Amino acid sequence: MFVGIFEQLAEGFLITLELFGLTLIFSLPLGLLIALCTMSKFYPLKLLFQVIVWVIRGTPLMLQLFIVCYGPSLFGLNAMRDSFLAATIAFVINYACYFSVIYRGGIESISKGQYEAGQVLGMNRVQVFFRVVLLQVVKRILAPISNEVITLVKDTSLANTLGGIVEIIAAAKEVTGTYAVPLIYPLLGAGVFFLIFVGVLTILFGLLEKKLNYFRI
Amino acid sequence: MSFLEVVDYKKKFGDNEVLKGISFSLEKGQVLAIIGSSGGGKTTLLRCLNFLERADEGKLLLDGEVLFDAADKKQNKEKSVREKRLHFGLVFQSFNLFPQYTVYGNIVLAQKLLAKRELKRIKAEYAAQLKNVPSEKKAEMKKEIKAKLADYKNGQKERIAEKTLSLLSRVGLSEKKDSYPYQLSGGQQQRVAIARALALNPDILCFDEPTSALDPELTGEVLKVIKGLKSSDSTMIVVTHEMDFARNVADHVIFIADGHIEEEGTPEQIFENPRSEKTRAFLKKSTEDNF
Repeated sequence: MFVGIFEQLAEGFLITLELFGLTLIFSLPLGLLIALCTMSKFYPLKLLFQVIVWVIRGTPLMLQLFIVCYGPSLFGLNAMRDSFLAATIAFVINYACYFSVIYRGGIESISKGQYEAGQVLGMNRVQVFFRVVLLQVVKRILAPISNEVITLVKDTSLANTLGGIVEIIAAAKEVTGTYAVPLIYPLLGAGVFFLIFVGVLTILFGLLEKKLNYFRI
Repeated sequence: MSFLEVVDYKKKFGDNEVLKGISFSLEKGQVLAIIGSSGGGKTTLLRCLNFLERADEGKLLLDGEVLFDAADKKQNKEKSVREKRLHFGLVFQSFNLFPQYTVYGNIVLAQKLLAKRELKRIKAEYAAQLKNVPSEKKAEMKKEIKAKLADYKNGQKERIAEKTLSLLSRVGLSEKKDSYPYQLSGGQQQRVAIARALALNPDILCFDEPTSALDPELTGEVLKVIKGLKSSDSTMIVVTHEMDFARNVADHVIFIADGHIEEEGTPEQIFENPRSEKTRAFLKKSTEDNF
């Protein structure tokens, strides 16, 4: 029974990991793009993305999940059938917006002198950004990013509200249907999964920070 | 005609007129010192020369060629400015080394990027040549070009490495080659910044108060390096608060006050026989400040 429960939880956790991984892969670069848009000198673009970030940060993630999934019906279309896809889209947009603010803070914290030093050495803006600024930004934002990443691990549970996504919390509930155990036990088990995974992430971020310790800003 | 001619530079920030029409010229191999109180427009002038700011009015001629004309708005776009900027080098008051690169990496970075651009240009040239070659000879020619390009690339690499090492020894930091900026003293950092600026062979090297951010005991080593450059015929513009340095090293001194040139001349003229009341007051104050 113990092994069976573990297997069921592990299966759910794989779904959790999948949603977590996909969200990170897409939201990290998208967040940078949004950050650059919110810092644009072209005012309409800046305003548009500022509004988007406001809306996304200003409404519950759960509401956003439902809107992505059922929103198409507002336009006379069918709701999204693939709830996992819907959840991924909602998570990517939501986290990209949060990341964008962290990126912006990081980018704005780099001194003007760094940009100017690059400029007088004949670099163009793209070169200055990628060769000079970016790594310094990464070093600066690693800690707040790790916060968001850890929050994301746990936020993935929200996806099960859409139905059809059996991530680890949903899996824990299903365990009680398979085995006659009180719900609290598989839920505690799920908690252990989260704890271990977040522990691993914490160590990874620690290593990354150490790796960037070779220079100081 | 002089090597550098700056004609009637004017610059406003909002309502604040920082440069009110500045004209001067500079001969090749000469050192120009710009002195004056803070807020007088010295730094803005340097920033305009390096195109970090655009002068609202005025013209700049280098070696007889118009490099900048405020009236010609099309010319002032970022892209066309980038090439022109390379005629000038700038050493900042606060060094602005790139923290994530070693000393060597700091000096090499821009050279590498320029070499890359050059390589791209040559590649495009070869590609154009290849178009006119009959198809049966193309394969052979392609091979040849590939070999030539590889040779060129290696040559570039060697030239850059050689140059960087010689610059490092020139500023006396050969043994710090693999250090990161945070491991260096301010004076050492500034010397790296000078080497970095020199690496691109600017026609004119500008210094924006290069020793103002340094502890007093570290200014000497930086000034010594700048003085050393003079003997190698670099053309330099130095904004400085170091009156002794201006007096001993400069060929020409400009005193800027309130956005215009109050007085200019040889160091002897300015420091021994200042004509303007303002110059006299400024010099008196700067020597008094030194106790």
